[in-house]
Amino acid sequence: MCPTMTTAPDAFPTDDTALTQDGLAPSGKGRVLLIACGALAREILDIKATNGWDHLDLTCLPAILHNHPEKITDAVRAAVAKHRAAYDQICVAYADCGTGGLLEQACAEMGVEMLGGAHCYAFFDGVTRFAERDEVTAFYLTDFLARQFDAFVWKPLGLDRHPALRDMYFGNYQTLVYLAQTDDAALTAKAQDCADRLGLKFERRMTGYGDLQASVADWAAR
Amino acid sequence: MSDEEDDIILSELDDEELVQQMFDDLYDGLKEEIEEGVNILLERGWTPYDILTKALVGGMTIVGHDFRDGILFVPEVLLAANAMKGGMAILKPLLAETGAPRMGKMVIGTVKGDIHDIGKNLVSMMMEGAGFEIVDLGINNPVEDYIDAIKREEADILGMSALLTTTMPYMKVVIDTMVEQGIRDDYIVLVGGAPLNEEFGKAIGADAYCRDAAVAVETAKEFVARKHNQMSAG
Repeated sequence: MCPTMTTAPDAFPTDDTALTQDGLAPSGKGRVLLIACGALAREILDIKATNGWDHLDLTCLPAILHNHPEKITDAVRAAVAKHRAAYDQICVAYADCGTGGLLEQACAEMGVEMLGGAHCYAFFDGVTRFAERDEVTAFYLTDFLARQFDAFVWKPLGLDRHPALRDMYFGNYQTLVYLAQTDDAALTAKAQDCADRLGLKFERRMTGYGDLQASVADWAAR
Repeated sequence: MSDEEDDIILSELDDEELVQQMFDDLYDGLKEEIEEGVNILLERGWTPYDILTKALVGGMTIVGHDFRDGILFVPEVLLAANAMKGGMAILKPLLAETGAPRMGKMVIGTVKGDIHDIGKNLVSMMMEGAGFEIVDLGINNPVEDYIDAIKREEADILGMSALLTTTMPYMKVVIDTMVEQGIRDDYIVLVGGAPLNEEFGKAIGADAYCRDAAVAVETAKEFVARKHNQMSAG
């Protein structure tokens, strides 16, 4: 198991803004394709590079779909249909992600596997452990979401234009829990700043890649 | 807002112009202007009920339609709701005094495990605007809270809200408990929240899924009228 990113993020041909808006095209090499959320690109590419899984290819849908879960299922369906003929196997690196079971149903229909849990917070923390915590008043960030906080939280909620709305959105939350995939002091400071801006207590929880590591390994072994 | 609009003196507008301006101010989320408009109309002898329905609810209905049609987004709706809340705060005690028509009573709250109350608050406000009495249980409600409240308050309607796909199944726990206790048919059960849909509402045994606050109001009115008709017929 590799709990933390072992390759410097800058080494990957990924740009957060591009991952947010456009996703990532597949390299076209390999026989197993992972269709993932753009928010997982760096982590999956690191797992792949660390283990030398060259037969594994990755394509990502725009991470901003996180804010529009009603669009995820159709986007995944379209991606599976588009790439199916070019690979022996396709796996979907999404959890339920707010689709209300529709993605699970679609994946079952298409005969492709997906990740377990309600969302990436759950599988980074560990699906079982996350459920046991029962943290009703926690607002979560991952490495990606901490880096892209403005694009995913601050601006879409209009807080850049109307900061007075903050407590209408976050008044019932108590803590911002930063689920850290990497040990990065600058990113931790950024996550702490996000908590301050939202008026929440801050907690950092080092998760590494959690259940994502095992799922990718399982898919790579096919 | 342009300079020209900044120069508008609300008290110099006639009633029709003022109501139209209040629609614009609600749309722009201008709380102080709405409060001023409400006070002017009260001074002119408007009943609190007319101000509520014709100026505030009328304006919020436009906001609701534009939200539904993708012209406005959540931040703008929240600002408008905040402005309406300012007007409602002035009118609420007066409405009680003047005996405005009562449509029915609704107990509402977000389900256990869910603290997201923006939708629930919008529904509460619009239901109040439509003449319903609201008993707001707030957030994170276990089944006992709902059941105790609907019995205690002799409510007509139970409203449940959830934002998370992990919490929305809890609505079925509440409805199943109502069935077990033999009280399900004594209440109208309305459910709402971003991840829900009509199919889910039917599957858990709710009377209706309400896509937004405006739909909730219309659905509640329809079901209450139907209930009254059934009682008259019976």
